[in-house]
Amino acid sequence: MSLSPVEGVALDEIESDPDATTPAAKGVVGRSPGQLAWLRLRRDRTAVVSGVLLVFFLLLGLSAPLIEMAYGIGPREQFQNLLDGFGMPLGYAGGVSGEHWFGLEPGLGRDIFIRLIYGLRTSLFIAFAAALITATIGVVLGALAGYLGGWLDAVINWITDLTLAMPFLIIALALTPTITLRFYGERGQVSSAFGVGVLIAVFAIFGWTSTARLVRGQVIALREREFVEAARASGAGLGHMLFRQLLPNIWAPILVSFSLAVPQFITSEAALSFIGVGLSDETPSFGRMIYRSLDFLQTDPAYVFFPGIMIFALVFAFNLFGDALRDALDPKSSR
Amino acid sequence: MARFLIKRLFSATLTLFAVSVLTFLMFFALPRDPVSSICSKNCNPERLERVRDDLGLNDPLISQYAGYMKGIVTGRDLGSAQGGRCDAPCLGWSYVTNEAVSDTIARVLPVTLSIVIPAAILWLLLGVGLGMVSALRRGTWLDRLAIGFSLTGASLQLYFVGAVLLLVFVYNLRLLPVPSYTSLFDNPAKWASGLVLAWVALAFLFSAIYARLSRAQMLETLSEDFVRTARAKGLAKPKVYGRHALRAAITPVVTIAGLDVGGALGGTVITETTFGIQGLGRTAVDAVRAGDLPTIMATVLIAAVFVVLANVLVDLLYAAIDPRVRLR
Repeated sequence: MSLSPVEGVALDEIESDPDATTPAAKGVVGRSPGQLAWLRLRRDRTAVVSGVLLVFFLLLGLSAPLIEMAYGIGPREQFQNLLDGFGMPLGYAGGVSGEHWFGLEPGLGRDIFIRLIYGLRTSLFIAFAAALITATIGVVLGALAGYLGGWLDAVINWITDLTLAMPFLIIALALTPTITLRFYGERGQVSSAFGVGVLIAVFAIFGWTSTARLVRGQVIALREREFVEAARASGAGLGHMLFRQLLPNIWAPILVSFSLAVPQFITSEAALSFIGVGLSDETPSFGRMIYRSLDFLQTDPAYVFFPGIMIFALVFAFNLFGDALRDALDPKSSR
Repeated sequence: MARFLIKRLFSATLTLFAVSVLTFLMFFALPRDPVSSICSKNCNPERLERVRDDLGLNDPLISQYAGYMKGIVTGRDLGSAQGGRCDAPCLGWSYVTNEAVSDTIARVLPVTLSIVIPAAILWLLLGVGLGMVSALRRGTWLDRLAIGFSLTGASLQLYFVGAVLLLVFVYNLRLLPVPSYTSLFDNPAKWASGLVLAWVALAFLFSAIYARLSRAQMLETLSEDFVRTARAKGLAKPKVYGRHALRAAITPVVTIAGLDVGGALGGTVITETTFGIQGLGRTAVDAVRAGDLPTIMATVLIAAVFVVLANVLVDLLYAAIDPRVRLR
């Protein structure tokens, strides 16, 4: 490989030395590294605020059907009677009223608030599923590559280079209809669950390489340590070596990279639906809403702000929390 | 040095080869018949068969691929239906746009270059500048402002920032025309005013990451011995920070910049869609929608070439910036 690809940076940033988290011998009670990190996290004001915000968003997304019941309006209901002759919502700021908190979509007249809530659910589900799958694939392949080295390492490295060289948006744009057509044929009615599944699959195919790089680097750093040698000398198998000996030492950077991967997938999902892939207009999605709102920028400027600010708040909270988590897990880092 | 370059270029070629094979396979797995989009509904089977023959779709995959590659290197004869002789970097003929793909690319590539290059200069200067200032003034209001800026920028989306910029500067204040592309050589003022919003939006979002990264790197470098030595021997502060510390701190920034600029040159899909400018990215999206295989192939390949070349360039820059790096 080249002199120093991105991994160098990522590793410096989230470098974690197991020794660093060993509790200082001051206190009377012994604390595990996990407990210490939790304490540090609770003391960090940013972490608490962003954490609370995240829990709030998660609850909002999870309870979308309940909110629909309480709010009394469904995501696909149209209110044509509240639009004027040009399809523009009546009233101020895109039709904001006591009944429609965030106003109505121009043209179709659907309620923006409930569509945002459902969009949040789709977005969070896709992002978490994609992050979990990519983390799993990345951890397994990265640990294998780092520990075994040799041809496997070379192949995985090369695949990583390859995925970096492929323009993700264009490939995903081209791949999604291909996969859908394979399963449904020309005429089939594509269910929205399937569209979500395809998106997750595309993210999984392209997303695992960064975790693999991170884990590989960490494993290489640990590979020659005495405890690994001792385990090997006492005849530990490959599975035991990887999952019982090596992984417990590198869970901190993996957790941090997971927490920062989630907002990335939220962004990517929005970007993909912005250029019109994957999810149909039926499924509420942030990216799709913003894309539609661009046509009404002059006539209904309020329309762009609700989804725009919502996605900003979501990604912002995740980013803040990820950073705080990194600080808590690795007190040495100087961010 | 020469040996390093040869080795690096060899592996770059290998990567490009793999990208081209993968893309080729991926789009031939498309169940959609490319011919049906060319020939309208009342097309009899014989004619369909003839078009397929013309396109070489009945040949085995390997010879189709070989023909395509040969076209890029030496040019080839595509037959009268596809505009006849196609010269050296021949990327095929598009039935959707009815022109040689290389002509399409030649038209849209300058657009993407005009968006990305000024934007990249802007975001690098802004990002590294902010990062340096906030590292040198650590803990002051300036530092906090820069951190806030980079956190906000890192969480904002281009289409949202773009929409807000359009709303404020084009539709409300009417300071700028609706974004469009004019050639730099025809009318530089119009070129700049048509693209400045795209530059600002890209620069704002990208510089956030650079500010953050260069601040962290700069802080680390400032605590190193060689910086203290430079100060101790009586060098002036600007010289120490500008010449010694910055050089060491900037290497990881260069890596990320290479990837970002290389990736962006391959098409800024979101930016071009937001501002309605027809560049490489929009062309690729349109091609995918229309099932225009030759154009998809060409745009993906060009994007890959930019990324791979940017990586090689980054490795070379490393050696130029950091005297400790030896190319082997």
